[in-house]
Amino acid sequence: MKIHEYQSKGLFKKFSIPVPEGEVADNKSQAGDIAKEIAKKVVVKAQVHAGGRGKGGGIKVAANSKEAEQRANEIIGMNLVTHQTGPEGKQVRKVLIEEALDVEKELYLGMVIDRETSMITVIASEEGGVEIEKVAAETPEKIIKVPIDPSVGIQSFQARKVAFALNLPKELIRDGSKLVINLYKLFIECDASLAEINPLVITKDNRLLAADAKVNFDDNALERQQNIKELRDINEEEPTEVEASKYNLSYVKLDGNVGCMVNGAGLAMATMDIIKHHGSMPANFLDVGGAASVERVENAFRILLSDKNVKAVLINIFGGIVRCDRVANGVIEAAKRLDISVPIVVRLAGTNSDIAADILKKSDLSFEVAEDLGDAAQKAVAAAQ
Amino acid sequence: MSILIDENTKVVVQGLTGSEGTFHSKKMIEYGTKVVAGVTPGKGGTEHEGLPVFNTVDDAVKQTGANTSVTFVPPVFAADAIMEAAESSVKLVICISEGIPTLDMVKVTTFLKDRDVRLVGPNCPGVITPGKCKIGIMPGFIHSPGKIGVISRSGTLTYEAVDQLTKEKLGQTTCIGLGGDPIIGTRFIDALKLFKNDPETEGVVMIGEIGGTDEETAAEYIKNEFDKPVVAFIAGRTAPPGKRMGHAGAIIAGGKGTAKEKIETLRTCGVTVADSPAEIGITMKKVLSS
Repeated sequence: MKIHEYQSKGLFKKFSIPVPEGEVADNKSQAGDIAKEIAKKVVVKAQVHAGGRGKGGGIKVAANSKEAEQRANEIIGMNLVTHQTGPEGKQVRKVLIEEALDVEKELYLGMVIDRETSMITVIASEEGGVEIEKVAAETPEKIIKVPIDPSVGIQSFQARKVAFALNLPKELIRDGSKLVINLYKLFIECDASLAEINPLVITKDNRLLAADAKVNFDDNALERQQNIKELRDINEEEPTEVEASKYNLSYVKLDGNVGCMVNGAGLAMATMDIIKHHGSMPANFLDVGGAASVERVENAFRILLSDKNVKAVLINIFGGIVRCDRVANGVIEAAKRLDISVPIVVRLAGTNSDIAADILKKSDLSFEVAEDLGDAAQKAVAAAQ
Repeated sequence: MSILIDENTKVVVQGLTGSEGTFHSKKMIEYGTKVVAGVTPGKGGTEHEGLPVFNTVDDAVKQTGANTSVTFVPPVFAADAIMEAAESSVKLVICISEGIPTLDMVKVTTFLKDRDVRLVGPNCPGVITPGKCKIGIMPGFIHSPGKIGVISRSGTLTYEAVDQLTKEKLGQTTCIGLGGDPIIGTRFIDALKLFKNDPETEGVVMIGEIGGTDEETAAEYIKNEFDKPVVAFIAGRTAPPGKRMGHAGAIIAGGKGTAKEKIETLRTCGVTVADSPAEIGITMKKVLSS
């Protein structure tokens, strides 16, 4: 789960990680008021779940509260396009008004769970303010990685190691070490999956601050993180995906024209792949999971078909525990209820698949029934032309 | 010989009395697995579906000699259940539960480090040695005993592959579901090492997907130390970057973990990678006859 920069900074404050003075606004006059409070030059920053906001025109400097109001007026409501939003961009609903920093140096500080070693790893670099993947690709020697032993958590010497590696001025080593430790505490206590401060800034008057803040959270842990869960912004998510999650359907919208409905994430990805293999593109990823009841299939159909790009639907169910004849009846019933007009290709394999194929063929709905997955994909691609 | 489990394996089911535990234990017993006990804290001393229920895994092991555990507990309790089993004297823990918080699995990995126990999963369908022992939720009837080892991160995609193999008259020695999470107890390379030392296994099918670098690590091992033929399929060529595709571990992060990269690395290391998921069985057949 992702959150906005202003929310990440709110968390940082709770964990004593220093951030620039600032507050969020959702209208221009509020923005002006905040700037007046801050009483110095400010930055007006679009709040969207995507990077590259500056280049996209979503971050502007304002010399005083009047300018802040004007900049906020331009940015709130704009459709911000960055290299991370896709061409359709994102609607900006809020801005963060923050003191503009007099930057001496920009650093990078982050934490991830390294899945190979099963440890939280601190990643730091003097190359702040640029994409860390770029640094990793071009100058990996400029990155230091410190894995944290989970049985004891972060130790002071490790935090110091990071502070020294960042070449922090002597008088900031203590604060820098504390910051690293506090970021780790936040990570652990909030079940983060990623925490990134880029840039971590040393100002000309020798303050160490998180100029930007990004924290992602483990979806599997949200049930025990109610406070974090509340930070979710549905406006930042794809509407069909939000709808699907209400029905406990795992759905990701894509660009193609063959919709697919599958049981199991691996098989669902493989089904998307085989659609491409046979010449078309998948419209979505959809895992209906283990229980293919009428309601579930109906909801899945509704979500799939709300995407107007879908010209054909491929249903691929491998029934182990799930009985294919039950799925067949569910599909027929759902199709009847929804009055579906696009061609549907059904491939059911596994338990009772023969009975299921029979049921589908005998129904008065014109399903195309396929036995083999390759055959099913070819039929679906052809139907979508 | 197969690997990990066989006709002598004795299984204790953690979460036996829950609906998942009950349903799948019945299926395992039907298949011929020696399920000997269940564990549900608070229900020790009772009987469930003809099996004795214990309060702790320790009690179950002491009373019944169980050497393997399978956990069907809700994700919020699953890490604890794995560690409890690891602390008793079972040698193999198979965790079916999906949805365990990643930081819990970080704890589990540390806990397991110097203990003489193997974890398979979590978020996996289980392990099956066809004809002898089924531990998990996979449909037994699609499997047949034979010479192919199967290692997979997926559930139903594994069944698809196994079904194809069986139809091509290529039975399986053991099928291991590694699980769909980013942090798992047994990885491709670990399973390959076991298959290397199994004289019955003559070829291996690997089913991978986007996310992480386990397939690449396995590819290096195959190039340097694994002589038996390997056929792979990697799901997620059409997956967009940065999105979790169902499985918690199926995500292309920071540009890493793409299907393309995995396929290229595997091919460079001598693995035959099927382009279509419908051709896994036939590809293994071709490789074996060449």
